[in-house]
Amino acid sequence: MTAGTPMTAGTPATADATPGGPAGTPPTARPDERLRHQPLWRRILVRPSVSAAIAAVVVFVFFALADTTGTFTSPAGVASWMGVSASYGIMACAVSLLMISGEVDLSSGVMTGSTGLLLGILVSEFGWNFWLAFLAVLVFAVGIGFMNGMLVTWTRLPSFIVTLATMFVLMGLNSGVTLALTGQVRVGGIDEAAGYPLAQWVFGSRLDSAWAFTVAVGWWLLVIALGTWVLQRTRQGNWIYAVGGDANAARNTGVPVRRTKVSMFIVVSVAAALVGTINAVELTSVSAGQGTGFEFYYIIAAVVGGTLMTGGAGSVIGASLGALILGMTTLGIQYAGWDSTWRFTFFGLILFWAVMLNIWVRDRAGGRR
Amino acid sequence: MSEQVPAPTEVAAEVEAAAARLRGTGPGGGSAPPAARDMYLRLESVGKTFGSVVALDGVSMDVNHGRVTCVLGDNGAGKSTLIKILSGVHQNDSGTLYVAGQPTVFGSPKDARDVGIATVFQDLATIPLMSVWRNFVLGREPVKGWGPFRRLDIAAGQEIARRELGMFGIDLRDPDQPIGTLSGGERQAVAIARAVYFGAEVVILDEPTSALGVKQSGKVLKFVRDARDRGIGVVLITHNPHHAYMVGDEFVLLKRGRMTNRWLKEEVALDELVAAMAGGAELEDLAHELGA
Repeated sequence: MTAGTPMTAGTPATADATPGGPAGTPPTARPDERLRHQPLWRRILVRPSVSAAIAAVVVFVFFALADTTGTFTSPAGVASWMGVSASYGIMACAVSLLMISGEVDLSSGVMTGSTGLLLGILVSEFGWNFWLAFLAVLVFAVGIGFMNGMLVTWTRLPSFIVTLATMFVLMGLNSGVTLALTGQVRVGGIDEAAGYPLAQWVFGSRLDSAWAFTVAVGWWLLVIALGTWVLQRTRQGNWIYAVGGDANAARNTGVPVRRTKVSMFIVVSVAAALVGTINAVELTSVSAGQGTGFEFYYIIAAVVGGTLMTGGAGSVIGASLGALILGMTTLGIQYAGWDSTWRFTFFGLILFWAVMLNIWVRDRAGGRR
Repeated sequence: MSEQVPAPTEVAAEVEAAAARLRGTGPGGGSAPPAARDMYLRLESVGKTFGSVVALDGVSMDVNHGRVTCVLGDNGAGKSTLIKILSGVHQNDSGTLYVAGQPTVFGSPKDARDVGIATVFQDLATIPLMSVWRNFVLGREPVKGWGPFRRLDIAAGQEIARRELGMFGIDLRDPDQPIGTLSGGERQAVAIARAVYFGAEVVILDEPTSALGVKQSGKVLKFVRDARDRGIGVVLITHNPHHAYMVGDEFVLLKRGRMTNRWLKEEVALDELVAAMAGGAELEDLAHELGA
């Protein structure tokens, strides 16, 4: 009875491995009349990250045409906006993971400042070795992320409130401590630290060619690969989607909801430490206001890339495409000869229209899911 | 259904060990009433009070492998309290709960889960945006590789979902489709099949048909029967005597926290069950529904 049933491509052959199998064996080999064949273009278009990619192309073409300096499409120009995108993108990846798990972190922007300042103060005011200071920064970041996560899961307050509080506390500390220790609102002299040459190579170098990409772009690609791996290929990734989709149902099936959420807060803080360090090394100094307001860039990037505000859906690739759009816009506006503050207006418009495009494309191509 | 569930012996051994641990005795100890030994789960005049409120009083029932026990009652009859006692959320403060013949108190939902009691809540069972197979294996995902390369065994997960749902007569179109695209009845089936696959001895279904239409309800009742035929003990909580009568072996009727009736299938006719459940004026409406 096993002979003669046509196997469709991709159907595991184990389905009819038992000789004389029971009558109840599911007829997996038969193509299903309820399953309408979806053309490839439709299946591709329904993915939200694809509409983010389309939006990225539109933004690229727009600023290539608006460019008055001829830099935007030049190797040096591309490397510049890729560098800016990388610092948004590393954070957007982490923030999208957190948002998929159903929470939000408003302290993520200020944390890139706090971590950079801590690093700067430790090496310039206390004379620490760069790598020792970097280790301390990582410990600090894990601590802040852990605190955010525990406060959210224990108090059951919305993460919006808890991390808004963290953000303001850190914002005050950034200015206050920096001013008290250095007498200025800026920490400099990071390049004089012991261990800086290696740090410069790891966090602040560029490719020695016309395409002078910063090493931050490499870090970004690494974070994308790691984030995608975790999200799509590990149990923990399954849990991230589950706790964001429905925390109660996840708990009922035995998913460690609290641990998953707290881990994602830690991921965001650690990503902030990485970005803070990269900024500090690249610029060799950190201002007390560094990163303030950037938390919204990361959220915009994640949402533009198809991450659901309510959790349960999204991707690291999508968030990275969102970050790329913001990066191109930030520098594209300068190359177009407009005042750089216009970027805020663009970010707002991009946020709105990218989300509209996401929904429209999904409805058109996929039918309502 | 001769298709085997993977590692059934391991699961059984685990359940046995957990049961022994809970009762605090080794196998063979204790001196429960002999009849209780024959049932996997038995309740004897179980009650629960919250302060001065008597939520549940004098409830007795038997649950066993390959048997469906229906708990009938209107809103506020104490059904949810009963579920919570069975699933370890609350502890009964009078009467006795026996697991495999031994008096047992579940300290937590985990204790109940460890002896193989799985509860399927109507709305809290699946995550709509996730794919069917990811939902199916959620919390117990198959993995391969080791160390940092430990990863989901996606092919195995999809195959498990497809095969197990196939046994419940659900021919999965695409294991990758979001579970939200399945019908309400099919979603219940995923939750039931999942509980069965992961070694449940007893599955408690909380109002599985209350939000469903006639056809979908019929499907769910078929899943209940399939689970029973595979040797699972089913506790079906419902307020619909028609649905209960179609699949039940034992009926327990709750009213205002008290057990008012308890029948075996052969002791009661459908009219009797409906009459006891509804009584008086509503009877005519229900008779009409029955006739249709």
